[in-house]
Amino acid sequence: MRRTLGYRVNIILFLLPALFLFVAVLIAPIVMSTYYSFFNWNGLSTPKWIAFKNYVELFTSKSISFLPALKNSLLLALFSVLIQLPFALWLALKLSKHLPGERAFISIYFMPVLISTVVIGQLWLKIYNPDYGVLNVALRAMGLESWTRSWLGDKTTALGAAFIPTLWQYVGYHMLLMYAGVKGVPRELLEAGMLDGCTEGQLNRHIIIPYIKPILRVSVIFAVTGSLKSFDLIYVLTNGGPVHATEVPSTLMLNLLFLRNRYGMGSTIAVMLILLCFLFALLINLAFKEE
Amino acid sequence: MTIDSEKISRGRLNLKSGSSAKVSQVLVYSVLILWALLCLFPVYWMITFSLKDNAQIFGANVIGLPQTWFWSNYARAMTLGRMDLYFLNSFLVAVISIVITLLASCMATYAMTRLVWKWRGTMNKFFMLGLTIPIHAAIVPLYVVLSKVHLLNSLPALFIPYSAFALAMGILICTGFMGGIPYDLDEAAFLDGCGVWAIFFRVIAPLMVPAVATVGIYTFLQCWNELMFATVFNSSEAYKTLPVGIQGLAGQYLREWGPTGAAMAIATIPTLLVYIFMSKRIQDSFIAGAVKG
Repeated sequence: MRRTLGYRVNIILFLLPALFLFVAVLIAPIVMSTYYSFFNWNGLSTPKWIAFKNYVELFTSKSISFLPALKNSLLLALFSVLIQLPFALWLALKLSKHLPGERAFISIYFMPVLISTVVIGQLWLKIYNPDYGVLNVALRAMGLESWTRSWLGDKTTALGAAFIPTLWQYVGYHMLLMYAGVKGVPRELLEAGMLDGCTEGQLNRHIIIPYIKPILRVSVIFAVTGSLKSFDLIYVLTNGGPVHATEVPSTLMLNLLFLRNRYGMGSTIAVMLILLCFLFALLINLAFKEE
Repeated sequence: MTIDSEKISRGRLNLKSGSSAKVSQVLVYSVLILWALLCLFPVYWMITFSLKDNAQIFGANVIGLPQTWFWSNYARAMTLGRMDLYFLNSFLVAVISIVITLLASCMATYAMTRLVWKWRGTMNKFFMLGLTIPIHAAIVPLYVVLSKVHLLNSLPALFIPYSAFALAMGILICTGFMGGIPYDLDEAAFLDGCGVWAIFFRVIAPLMVPAVATVGIYTFLQCWNELMFATVFNSSEAYKTLPVGIQGLAGQYLREWGPTGAAMAIATIPTLLVYIFMSKRIQDSFIAGAVKG
């Protein structure tokens, strides 16, 4: 039987569909993107080799404004780690203590993750609508007329207004991961803690949170790399506007590719995004190991 | 031990009980319920305004239930807004992606867990890279290649990349399930004269049904909601999927929200139905993907 199972042609045939798709659509394009990033190319003309000039231009050119876009996405990562994740952790800790309605709460909190980001974006666009949006209507009803504004059109509020739906949508995702983690803490550990007279807060701090550190690490990595890659909601809500106030690397990349036909530069942003995602994942892993 | 600890924890709770514990309990519940309402509100609002006319949406009845129900919004979204076409496109793309992903990932998993060869562990790690590769990495080269082979503006331009990006997750889930199928079954089938292919299709594949459901749901959600590829690889009206179609419709009906709301409800209701019936399985598949990734 071992011989039949080791028969080469079968192994290759079984692997072939997956391997072909995977290499053709994921692996080869990464190599090609890296290659394109060294060229000046508008998609039609013959590509011109310019070595690292795209990378230099990306970080120095004011007209491309990559650094402000990167700053925006890092700001989103910061909000995500400092507000979204602690709140998700709080929800997970509370819900894992056998509260009545536990399952219902979990299912409701997770629901926004499943809804199309276009639908969510369009709904928030309407919530923020300056004339008829729920937000301004509510403010007017409370007599706070002076607080109303065009939330996404105003340069000072646009970034915050564009971040809120993103943070809102994924609270449930992180909560679910953390909840699964908390549920996996062995009973004996908790009992030992109670025996030592721990309060609920002390149990959380000294037993549960250290135990679920691997999951917290995954959540932080997802939150940070997800922020770097963020696209859908920003594209629907503002597409980077007004005047680049909410630009993130992904919207910038599509802009360069399809409005300015700068394929080399677009690829450079793609490569930078991959590198940054790996770099941050590495740094976060190191930070969690240090502790 | 257990009794002691329970006594002690109860003792603790008793110390804290009384008004302060009750107040904090009420506070916790208020936050939980408030957040639940914030999660439900956009969907509730979408469904109610999809059934209202402008007078109700923009007038005094902003968040109430519709006074008269305007089902015509749905008819208009379907016919004038072409949501029927977008729905069909999304459906086809999702179904074809699911079939390709399932077949390719089941076969590859079989090769990497049941067949005997030297590099199978390495190959599995190689596929798992797919869990971390962002779709941005592929967008320019795919666009260039698809346009060269004249596949831009077609359904394959979407379902080929979608199935490729769903593969890693598919293999991850299948590996977990296939590990639970006893090797005795393979051996019995082998002794009955089955070859590798017969073992796979007659013995293993039928036992993979639970994995098929999990992978299928996961792939469905990815395809159904995807926006970046769908925008970039397709500019033809005939092949638009729901997310792109809704974007267009919302721009077209700026002054009239009813039909846009109806279009969004049409796109969201299938997902919600699947979620209501399979919430546990869906949540588990997301947890499985995260723990490994």
